[in-house]
Amino acid sequence: MHRIAKLACAAVAVTLAASACSSSKTTTSGSSTNWSTVTSATAGGGMDALVAAAKAEGTLNVITLPRTWANYGKIMDDFTAKYGIKINDANPNGSSGDEINAIEHDKGLSSAPDVVDVGNSHALPNTNLFADYEVSSWSDIPTALKDANGSWYGDYGGYISIACDASKVAPAPCPKTFADLINPSYVADYKGKVAMSGDPTSANAAFSAVWAAALSQSGGSLDNIAPGISYFAKLKANGEYNATVDTESTIESGSTPLTVDWEFNNSQFASDLKAKGIDLTVSIPTDGLYSAYYDQAVSKYAPHPAAARLWEEYLYSTTGQNDFMGGYARPVEFAAMQSAGTLDATDEKNLPSVSGTVNYPTATQLTTAQNAITSGWASALG
Amino acid sequence: MIRLGKKLGAWGAVLPLLGYCAIALGLPVWALLWEGLQRPDPVTQKTTFTLWNLTTSWHGIYLTGLLTSLRLSLLTSVISAVIGLFAAYAIAQSRGRYFKQAILTASGVLANFGGIPLAFCFIATIGTGGVFLSWIQNLWPSFQIDTFNGLAVVYPYFLVPLMVLTTLPALDGLRTQWKEASTNLGGSSWQYWRHIGGPLLLPAALGGFVLCFGSAFAAYATARALTSGTVPLVTMQISSILSGNVIAGAGENNLGMALALNTIIICALMMAVYLPLRKRSAKWLES
Repeated sequence: MHRIAKLACAAVAVTLAASACSSSKTTTSGSSTNWSTVTSATAGGGMDALVAAAKAEGTLNVITLPRTWANYGKIMDDFTAKYGIKINDANPNGSSGDEINAIEHDKGLSSAPDVVDVGNSHALPNTNLFADYEVSSWSDIPTALKDANGSWYGDYGGYISIACDASKVAPAPCPKTFADLINPSYVADYKGKVAMSGDPTSANAAFSAVWAAALSQSGGSLDNIAPGISYFAKLKANGEYNATVDTESTIESGSTPLTVDWEFNNSQFASDLKAKGIDLTVSIPTDGLYSAYYDQAVSKYAPHPAAARLWEEYLYSTTGQNDFMGGYARPVEFAAMQSAGTLDATDEKNLPSVSGTVNYPTATQLTTAQNAITSGWASALG
Repeated sequence: MIRLGKKLGAWGAVLPLLGYCAIALGLPVWALLWEGLQRPDPVTQKTTFTLWNLTTSWHGIYLTGLLTSLRLSLLTSVISAVIGLFAAYAIAQSRGRYFKQAILTASGVLANFGGIPLAFCFIATIGTGGVFLSWIQNLWPSFQIDTFNGLAVVYPYFLVPLMVLTTLPALDGLRTQWKEASTNLGGSSWQYWRHIGGPLLLPAALGGFVLCFGSAFAAYATARALTSGTVPLVTMQISSILSGNVIAGAGENNLGMALALNTIIICALMMAVYLPLRKRSAKWLES
């Protein structure tokens, strides 16, 4: 047995040495400009130089972009058609956590991600992995939705909304607010029908739904998510909460006719289900107005630094921003585009109406809320 | 070359396997230990060795998760092992060759049918409302699919086929002649199972049970789609930490590694009970 153990140890040692030796190679671009450190198109010699350098690289590595999410399928196809740059989309159904892991662990590989699209919770603590870059339309991005140094910048987002299939909750009306959902006279009709997009300790939309519910309750704020957990515990006690994950199929089958989810998810469900004769209305609750934006960032270790920067320029052009809206998401440059008159009128009309203004959580508030939900969710609803 | 081969002998032959095990099993365990015992400072980003991850993983919600996982997998694997064994016996006794083949193939497919598709099948059938749910709730009023009990009903759906798959060959090996011989010698049915059939089957049955336990313990996609984390399971917690969209703080990955280490400890404990039992039952076979 000792000999086996020794052999096994030797094998482990050899593999370790091998993995330790695989050095991190850094790619240097052929031209005089080192795009890895360029912080704006102007600083790198202008848009034409950026386009030329990106075309020379010929490839862009993106990660966890589902083609059906926020219109990314169209955006990627159009980008490739316009610049002739091939896009590799790794792990399309992955999560923000996967994106950060990929940057950390694929350092030096030609397949490492060039750009990421992460939830704000994953952008804030990882600025050391991102390269600072400011797109040409930098001033059109609201200050609250970008890093002052250009490490990350919001791209598109939305509000937490309540979708409702009126025919499945009748005679009760469709709930418009969180208060409606727990209105005693409707509880019987909403029984077992209220769902979210999964586990709030892991799904950002569900986490945000709980936070939105917290804002609708007394004591709930960006500093305190606990009332949101109690709110869902109450839904559960009422028998209204349905812990199954909302999908198009669960709505279609009538299992989850009420879903608390991002407006762009709910609107996408509504648009897809319309063809199947299901009429889903999407409303943004005024008593729990919560909004969040996903963030773009260029990896510090991007193997295609110019293509990465050109991709950002494309996403923040009016075309890219309007394309996000075509996927029912709210582009981050919405206000600036509205005053400039460059918003796509049809896509704008498809967004549910909102009244009121929102604030965005800080890094500290996010961490506090994450800890509260991790320790509190299962014990409150188990 | 030949001399070297002779020198190494049997050990040389086993070397590729050992190498494979070291890379596929040893390295990940080592990585878990290494990462599980470190934690970066949130401010300076400097990593230091600490027991913080491990102690945290044994307290609060993480302890609850581990215990719930254990409870769920033990319960469902016992249920599935019993049902599966009887089902496999019934199938082994049947005469149709094609029937048996069909069952084996179906079991192979069903044992791997899990995750969101399975969850959705159950949601659509006994989720909310519907005739089937009302039948079940007549017998079991508190039953709901999105609870611990709901999971205990869903898991055997893929565990029973697994049990059938692993025990059917052993049951096929039980010859009718042995039973006849036992009867000729005046043995009752009980005595046959107590002294002949049971001991012969035990290794396979135990092996099937352990496989079921492992499969139940490792499953999480089904549970996640059904319960949204309201039933805390250690596997769901690991996935939330390592590849979630919510938890993101520095050093959280190290906590995930510590949780994964706990599951390895559980599996090791399971094997520590299973291996001596198996050895013992194998001895019966030899004597």
